[in-house]
Amino acid sequence: MKKYIEGSMAVAEAVVLCKPNVISAYPITPQTHIVEDLSQMYANAEFKGQFVNVESEFSAASVCLGAVVTGARAYTATTSQGLLLMSEVLFNMAGMRLPLVLTCANRAISAPINIWTDHSDAMALRDSGFIQLYAENNQEAADLHYQAYKISEDDSVRLPVMVNMDGFLLTHSFEPVDMPTQQEVDDFLPSYKPRHYLDVKHPITFGSMVGEDGYMEVRYNLEEAMKNAFGVIEKVTKEFEQKFGRKFGIFIDTYKMEDAETVIVALGSVVGTIKESIDLMRANGIKVGLMKVRTFRPFPKQAIVDCLKNIKNVIVIDRASSVGSGGILATEIRSAFYGNTSVPKVNSYIVGLGGRDITIKTITDIVGNFANVKVQDSQFVELDHKYMQAGDEYLKTI
Amino acid sequence: MIEIRIHGRGGQGSVTAAELLGFAAFNAGKFVQAFPAFGSERMGAPVKAFLRIAEKEIRVHSQIYTPDYVIVQDPTLLATVPVLQGLKPDGVVIVNTKKTPEELNLDTKCKVITFDAWEIATRVIGRPIANTILMGAFAAASGQIPFEGIEKAINARFKGDVAKKNVAAAKEAYELIKGGKNESKSRSNS
Repeated sequence: MKKYIEGSMAVAEAVVLCKPNVISAYPITPQTHIVEDLSQMYANAEFKGQFVNVESEFSAASVCLGAVVTGARAYTATTSQGLLLMSEVLFNMAGMRLPLVLTCANRAISAPINIWTDHSDAMALRDSGFIQLYAENNQEAADLHYQAYKISEDDSVRLPVMVNMDGFLLTHSFEPVDMPTQQEVDDFLPSYKPRHYLDVKHPITFGSMVGEDGYMEVRYNLEEAMKNAFGVIEKVTKEFEQKFGRKFGIFIDTYKMEDAETVIVALGSVVGTIKESIDLMRANGIKVGLMKVRTFRPFPKQAIVDCLKNIKNVIVIDRASSVGSGGILATEIRSAFYGNTSVPKVNSYIVGLGGRDITIKTITDIVGNFANVKVQDSQFVELDHKYMQAGDEYLKTI
Repeated sequence: MIEIRIHGRGGQGSVTAAELLGFAAFNAGKFVQAFPAFGSERMGAPVKAFLRIAEKEIRVHSQIYTPDYVIVQDPTLLATVPVLQGLKPDGVVIVNTKKTPEELNLDTKCKVITFDAWEIATRVIGRPIANTILMGAFAAASGQIPFEGIEKAINARFKGDVAKKNVAAAKEAYELIKGGKNESKSRSNS
């Protein structure tokens, strides 16, 4: 049923429909509403699992790890500093091959402290072994959770999944979202049947030390599990479409690519804004299209190369930067083309850090200037030079 | 697509107004998107809330810079916040103030609607909170939402006596603005 609902509430309801046994989370802006809504549903006995209150994100992640090794389905949500505080546990969960769904309400990283959206938090964990999916709008944010559990718990994968939704822009926006019934979710997502779990009758251990004789082999298996995720994501996405009637690009999605000479690549909520920009530019005869990345980990190299190999110009919008290297999505897209005979011109733009609004004009300006620039390192877009100058002037006075 | 920007101060219910107007428009079969301006909200600090109403899916996820409607909850904001910024040439601004549009003399050629929402709020609700009253005014000024939609949205959020009083106050504003007496005479009179 279509509901008018805040993004956070849609996600909280979706999570409860997935029937986790244990939820543990620590509130942090802009994830707070998700946790508030979940604890309210717990108090109302609409969520019938355990809600474990903790004193930090480190503990929240640890409670989830502990729950999953006993064979429970677990859930947590966080953002920014909270994700960083969880990170040690999260790498462990991936390494131990423990299924989990974590919602990241994407937000900038300190310093300077900033509570608004960008992708610095999730991108900092790109090497953790988490599968990473990105939502364009609140419908996708909710829908990704049903899919995420099924992908995460598949026996050939057994990896934690991070569902990314832009802080405020999605978490605090009210939009129409089609919410399924409990029966529909139950039919799609069976209860979790772990292959291994802690059981006093059959004692095993998780996370024990492995020396040089086996560590590489375990990490190789982790890499293989991530490769297996490609097939599972495809299967789950198609099954979701069949059952719920909503179609997703599996790893990537495209918009108005048919005759496009220039293609904008992005992930997250800016994708919708880019679609509007494309309609506007196309009305002025500019042949521009979009490639949206839904699955960032595993990185869908093949799908991306197939999609962009005949394109002349590629503009990559990154809402994060690897300091010392530049736009992360852009770097990986360039790398995907290594060894290919046909390589597009790929330029990288760092946009919208710390919640700076990305408008239609931001996008049309980037496309408008593209022809005038050579292939170059990542560019920060819409920098306020007066702001930086004022800082320099001030430093001279102290 | 119609874009609405609500200016208020923290605690005056601007975000709630955007949310409830969105709910009413959703119930009227429209596509909607309502969201706050993401500040570090504090009681009394200027805040903004946004609402888009459309006949098709709303894909854009950026703030509203060229609104069709501006709603000003607090007349003291006029001196400090550029509330008219970007308002479309055929846009409408609704201001909660004791002054008439002529007395207010805003620097705009857009239609200006003024009325004393705090007077209605104090008298009917018993508190100077004008958000639901401005919702009624918006429904009348825009014709986008039938009053029943506003009533349903208020009843979905508030209970009992509070709901009843808010509906009555919103209705009074709706009838007042529908009468058209509180608007600037023409769009080219300044």
